[in-house]
Amino acid sequence: MVKAKAKPGPLARRPDNSAFKQQRLPAWSPMLTAHTVLPFFYILALICLLLGVWLLLTVQSTQEMKLFYTEAKTCAECFEKRENVSLAAEECRCTVTFLIEKAFKGDVFFYYGLKNFHQNLRRYMDSRDDGQMVGRKSNLKNPSLYCSPFSQDQNGLPVAPCGAVANSIFNDSFTFTYHKSASQNIPVPLLRNGITWYTDKNIKFRNPRMGNLTLDQVFEGTTHPPYWQKPVNELDPDDPTNNGFINDDLIVWMREAAFPNFKKLYGVLCRDNKPFTKGLPAGNYSIEITYNFPAQRFQGRKQVVLTTLTWFGDPPAATAAGHSGPVPRTTPPF
Amino acid sequence: MKWRNPVDLVRDALRGQRARDKDLRNLVSNLPYEGLEKSKQPNRHFPGNAIKTTKYTLLLFIPVNLFEQFHRMANLYFVGLAILNFVPVVNAFQPEVALIPICAILSLTALKDAWEDFRRYQSDRKLNNTPCLIYSRKEVGFIERCWKDVRVGDFVKVVCNEIVPADLLLLYTADPDGVCLIETANLDGESNLKQRRVVPGLCISDPRFEPESFNGIVVCEKPNNNLNHFKCYVERPDEEKVGAGLESLLLRGCTVRNTDHAVGFVVYAGHETKSMLNNGGPRYKRSRLERRLNVDVIFCVILLFAMCIVAAVGHCLWLQAVPGVPPYLVPDSAGRLDSPALSGFYMFFTMIILLQVLIPISLYVSIELVKIGQIFFITNDIDLYDEGTDSGMQCKALNITEDLGQVQYIFSDKTGTLTENKMVFRRCSIMGVEYPHKENAIRLNVLEEAESEEEIIFNQPPRTGWSMDFENSEPEGRHHHHHHHGSRRKSKVSGQGQKDVAFSSPLETDVIPDRKLLQQISRSQEKDPYLDFFLALAICNTVVVSMATARRRRASWFSPSGRTNNPLETVSTLVKKVGSLFTSGQKPIHQHLTVSKSDMVIEEDDLSSEGIREKTEDLDGLETCSLHAASPSHKESAASDNLRYEAESPDEAALVYAAKAYGFTLLARTPDSVTVRLPSGKDLVFELVDTLAFDSNRKRMSVLVRHPITREYVLYTKGADYAIMELLGTPYAEHFSGSEKNIASDTQHHLDCYAKEGLRTLCITKKVVSDKEYMSWSLQRQRALAAIEQREELVMETAVQLETNLSLLGATGVEDRLQENVPDTIIALREAGIQVWVLTGDKPETAVNIGYACRLLEEEDLVINMSCKNKAVCTSILDCTLEEVRRYDENPQNVDTTPNISLVIDGRTLVMALSPDLENRFVDLTKRCRSVLCCRVTPLQKSKVVKVVREKLKVMTLAVGDGANDVNMIQAADIGIGISGQEGMQAVMASDFAISRFKHLKKLLLVHGHWCYTRLANMIIYFFYKNVAYVNLLFWYQFFCGFSGTAMIDYWLMIFFNLFFTSVPPIMYGIMDKDVSAEILLGLPELYRTGQGTGEYNFFTFWISILDAFYQSLVCFFIPYLVYVDSDVGLFTFGTPLNTVSLFTILLHLSIEIKSWTVVHWIIQVGSVALYFIVTLAYSAICITCNPPSNPYWILQSQMADPMFYLICIITTVVALLPRYMFHVIKNSIAPSPLIQAKLLDRLDPSARERCIREWRSFRGGVHLEDSRSSTPPSPALEIPVEMYTKSTGAAELMEDEFVLNVITDNYLRHNGPGT
Repeated sequence: MVKAKAKPGPLARRPDNSAFKQQRLPAWSPMLTAHTVLPFFYILALICLLLGVWLLLTVQSTQEMKLFYTEAKTCAECFEKRENVSLAAEECRCTVTFLIEKAFKGDVFFYYGLKNFHQNLRRYMDSRDDGQMVGRKSNLKNPSLYCSPFSQDQNGLPVAPCGAVANSIFNDSFTFTYHKSASQNIPVPLLRNGITWYTDKNIKFRNPRMGNLTLDQVFEGTTHPPYWQKPVNELDPDDPTNNGFINDDLIVWMREAAFPNFKKLYGVLCRDNKPFTKGLPAGNYSIEITYNFPAQRFQGRKQVVLTTLTWFGDPPAATAAGHSGPVPRTTPPF
Repeated sequence: MKWRNPVDLVRDALRGQRARDKDLRNLVSNLPYEGLEKSKQPNRHFPGNAIKTTKYTLLLFIPVNLFEQFHRMANLYFVGLAILNFVPVVNAFQPEVALIPICAILSLTALKDAWEDFRRYQSDRKLNNTPCLIYSRKEVGFIERCWKDVRVGDFVKVVCNEIVPADLLLLYTADPDGVCLIETANLDGESNLKQRRVVPGLCISDPRFEPESFNGIVVCEKPNNNLNHFKCYVERPDEEKVGAGLESLLLRGCTVRNTDHAVGFVVYAGHETKSMLNNGGPRYKRSRLERRLNVDVIFCVILLFAMCIVAAVGHCLWLQAVPGVPPYLVPDSAGRLDSPALSGFYMFFTMIILLQVLIPISLYVSIELVKIGQIFFITNDIDLYDEGTDSGMQCKALNITEDLGQVQYIFSDKTGTLTENKMVFRRCSIMGVEYPHKENAIRLNVLEEAESEEEIIFNQPPRTGWSMDFENSEPEGRHHHHHHHGSRRKSKVSGQGQKDVAFSSPLETDVIPDRKLLQQISRSQEKDPYLDFFLALAICNTVVVSMATARRRRASWFSPSGRTNNPLETVSTLVKKVGSLFTSGQKPIHQHLTVSKSDMVIEEDDLSSEGIREKTEDLDGLETCSLHAASPSHKESAASDNLRYEAESPDEAALVYAAKAYGFTLLARTPDSVTVRLPSGKDLVFELVDTLAFDSNRKRMSVLVRHPITREYVLYTKGADYAIMELLGTPYAEHFSGSEKNIASDTQHHLDCYAKEGLRTLCITKKVVSDKEYMSWSLQRQRALAAIEQREELVMETAVQLETNLSLLGATGVEDRLQENVPDTIIALREAGIQVWVLTGDKPETAVNIGYACRLLEEEDLVINMSCKNKAVCTSILDCTLEEVRRYDENPQNVDTTPNISLVIDGRTLVMALSPDLENRFVDLTKRCRSVLCCRVTPLQKSKVVKVVREKLKVMTLAVGDGANDVNMIQAADIGIGISGQEGMQAVMASDFAISRFKHLKKLLLVHGHWCYTRLANMIIYFFYKNVAYVNLLFWYQFFCGFSGTAMIDYWLMIFFNLFFTSVPPIMYGIMDKDVSAEILLGLPELYRTGQGTGEYNFFTFWISILDAFYQSLVCFFIPYLVYVDSDVGLFTFGTPLNTVSLFTILLHLSIEIKSWTVVHWIIQVGSVALYFIVTLAYSAICITCNPPSNPYWILQSQMADPMFYLICIITTVVALLPRYMFHVIKNSIAPSPLIQAKLLDRLDPSARERCIREWRSFRGGVHLEDSRSSTPPSPALEIPVEMYTKSTGAAELMEDEFVLNVITDNYLRHNGPGT
């Protein structure tokens, strides 16, 4: 059948007798039968089992605490107050207390969480101008059409930062206190910067640069988003590396969450001083909340989450997978 | 240019339109008007010879191309989506981004079109600028111009080996007989020389032809595309009309051969020439798989709409449930929110844009690519290559490869398809005496053995010397080399040289005379039936005689490149011609040179030999001319051995060679005379009065000659026996002696015997026409020839008038041998579950015998013969048989004992059986028959049969044939296969696939058909799965984003995902996957059955894969969801692992489906994954703000730094693919399909495999198969079935029959052309 000969003239149109053209390339054809496949299955099962055990152990070693404060205790008053938009400018503070029974070892992360807040609606997501955030002057004065209707105020002044995402920023703030004893109240130090992705802070978000002008001068001629109390250049007047568009809270908020129930990093426990060098000791704690974010308008709930970190997760971007996830599935289903 | 009144211009244009549309055109010479402005030219309304096959012009390319492209539904779909995206309320992505797919597709297609058009433009330009000679009055001679300058009404001169630039009415040739020989290989592939003659009585061949003296009006019909038909007459100034037909027309694209030069009058130019009108585009057929696919695409559309409605309603309900005005609902610029219902309505369209990939537009592009790849492999298969003709497989229809894997019915022609179409003279019967030619039979057996044992043909001494051509000594000379090399292939190569002329293999040309007959001839006198018989064999044909040395250069297909050498060649030809007058004696030297050079080529075996061959052939071409120049004087002296016969049908050649073997050598044929050399050495020159050409209604041809000695008008007729027997001059009349009466019945008896042996029969008759009879007939004939209305009918009528009262001389039996491996192939095809029908124009007896020889019929078969004369009988026979056959079928006990039923039916009965009321019953009967043999069917009946079976049974049909008579059938079937054999190229041109031997059908169907089908079917299923699985990820996400149409994957990455990351693997899968090896497929033909009917791609498999896609997408979405729920994950951070996971799932899913992994598979699979990571990483590193709001900057990088990402990838992929994997494993372990079992055989070593195949066959095919394998092919003299035959259709019945049979001897039908 095989005619492997050089090509003489009269057989000019004879096809090449190469393995490729004759479809005779050496091939591996696996047979999917129980016989051949079982060993592979066992190996796979073993791998999954080991992974599962490992994960289970890590998950058990993490600690997490959630604290809903939407209408908790004194906050109920603030909750009612925020229902009325006209009272938005009025400050409202409330305090929640809680008990940590078992000490949090290692790094402790402080999150705020929202339930039923859809940061992932298409129109909402589109309503932002990355060009403005990256510090382009043209976008600062002429925000993208996507920001509409939050691109200009009634007077025609451009909004900075524009769009619905920035406008609806979570603006509660927290003061965390450790009640070591009835009289000894130690404020828990939280690191409030370094909570964003490095790339966000340094590349994707930048303040517009204009020679020797100060930040206030740069943002002159713009207005703050309608829901905001203060302009963007006054977010953190003390720290120029945390002011304007490069404010950590703003950056964290601008990374839209994938699901309507989400949490966002608020701060990381600073372990420089006692008694927090090993984490959070067990005991009574309280959080004083500057209650600004209206939750009743979307029937949402607000919470504070404290977790330690597992071995996986990229601090501070990701966190432990928690109790759900792949763990129950790691054992092969046969 | 002078200003002209616009009204005049319009009037002139209208007049031109009318002139072009008129049924008859009046053309006059351009010469008197030479140099005048255009408006004065008489032929200005007719197009010039410049051709333009380009579709576009430079300026209008973009608009015209866009217009063309928007004719496609798919493009409209894309444009619709893009436009939808520009509507702000419904857009899903940024409008500009949504333009990417449509722009990519449009610009790619436009580029391809532009390139193709440019190629066409180049070739047009080359053709238009090829030089030719046009007569100019000013120069008083032919001057060199370009093809594009030729106009209707010009006089064009063509020289030897030049291609004719336009359709020319031949007015003058250099030949004293007014003959010009042409080769039409460029047009229809027929390589034999055809004779064209000047229009008689117009220009008396002066030593010099003067176009200026031509002052007639040429009246011709409107241009049409029939290559075999042309009507025209020339009205001379004295108002006499001279008729002319195709025999005086030189078609554009033909090559002038063996004629020094010729001058013609241009009747059609440019696009109106017949060759251009015949230049149809490629055929477009839609395969069954594609039709099924379109149904599933509609399912996809329904699915898409369902999902969009779910999303729309969901969005509406979600909005209603939202309390108050939450900060995440963005109002419009006026600060208002749309009502939930309206938003839901908008959402419907948004979702269509978002989920658009569900409709697999890219599938169509992929299918086309896959088919190109499949065709590449089919055409490159070395097993489908025939060395004898140096031709492989050709695919003409590019989009029905997978149909080859689903064939259920094969309709085959017999002559030239099952048989070689190499006619070998076997026996003859003269005056009722049979001459068996035993010696000749022995010689043929020797030849056959030599071939079957793969020995060198030329080692045998088949030649006995007396019919040795000059040319034949060449292979003999070469033979030494082959002997040394001992290679069969090489000997075949050398045989190639002879193949230049059709029907001239030694098998056909050499006939050993019967000793008894030789003695009989030597005793015969001048007026003797024996003499007449052989004279008739030699004369009664249209064979053209050429010199053996005049080997022709094969022109390649109308290629301009072949043409460009021409001017040079022409010049050298002229030089050579002059030289040859002096050097004719040197001829042998050239010959020698040729021989030695070709020998060198063979010895060296090298690739550059082509160039050398070209040169030697050029030499030959020159010789053609030199010989010809010397022709009048040399003709006489030319040795009869130097003759070559160029016949249009192999039968004719066989008979002429037979006559030559007995010493009756046809020496020359001119339009007016035929020269025959008698055994005595005397040359007889017959004045050729008329030739009554063959036509399919008369089924015979005649020549009317004037005997040089007796001066009588003699009519020799030869034709199909049943056509001739009706016309015998009252054989029972008194004036014939008793013996005469017996001749007819004896001959009929011999004819029946011949037919039983499977020989093709012809009857030879003679008639002496009295002068008076001739005179009256010739007047009618003249009138008929000059007629332009109904010319054919009139001409045929005159022929019928003359062909009466013939007296029978004898009959001939010509054998047409079976092609190699035909029985094998037919058995394999039948085992593959394919019903094989043979449709032939031959007699039932001949057909039945061929049927047995090729194993279409088996000894133990029950052969039902249907042959009836009227419909009532036919109906009752049909009913009875059907009843009986049903009884066999219904009785389950009979399963093993029931013989296979075969049906033999003749053309006449077939007509009745196919009438609307009997059609269903007939089809029902044939469905139960294993094989069906239709005899004496016309081309139209052939196609009718195919159509009826195809439409009634809804089966996939394949028709295979080689001649013009099969064209109808080939076009009627789902798949038409042409065999590029000896009979021209018409079947091949009409076909979808062209093969060179019947045996190739086996591998083509069983291997390539099966592969193509399974590959494509699985690829399509996979494609549907892929789209659904991917798009559903987006759909599931809608449940978490308030059905707002958010995509969590960057839009660019989505496009890339379909465009780059997952597109190549399925295409490679569709081209290269191999479920079972070719050896197994050939060894176990029944594996082919898996593809028949609905095959692997059906309702079930489609929905299974859709369900699987749903499952996998659920897994791919929800495992990452559960991982990230309640976390601080960002939207696109969540989308990235999702995208990665679905890439792994989709690619690994394919890996499960891939049956055999070659290097290519590995490279493409691994490459796709690598490409994904490289492109995505690069994109994530570069793109900071380029695609808001997705903004993928550094997302994949940060994900890849997270171990969780890898964990998700592994676990999700495993969980997603487990069911499919388990399904395959369990199915293969518990109930493996035949294909899987066969695949197991593939892993065995060859000998074990062989044994297993045998066991399998005996296990599955039962005892019967084994039996039929071991038994030798039955001898032709079979008792039972054939007897059934003779009982029903005796000779007497045939002769009595008044029914006009529409039966034609196969090979003659080519005259009918494809138009019938």
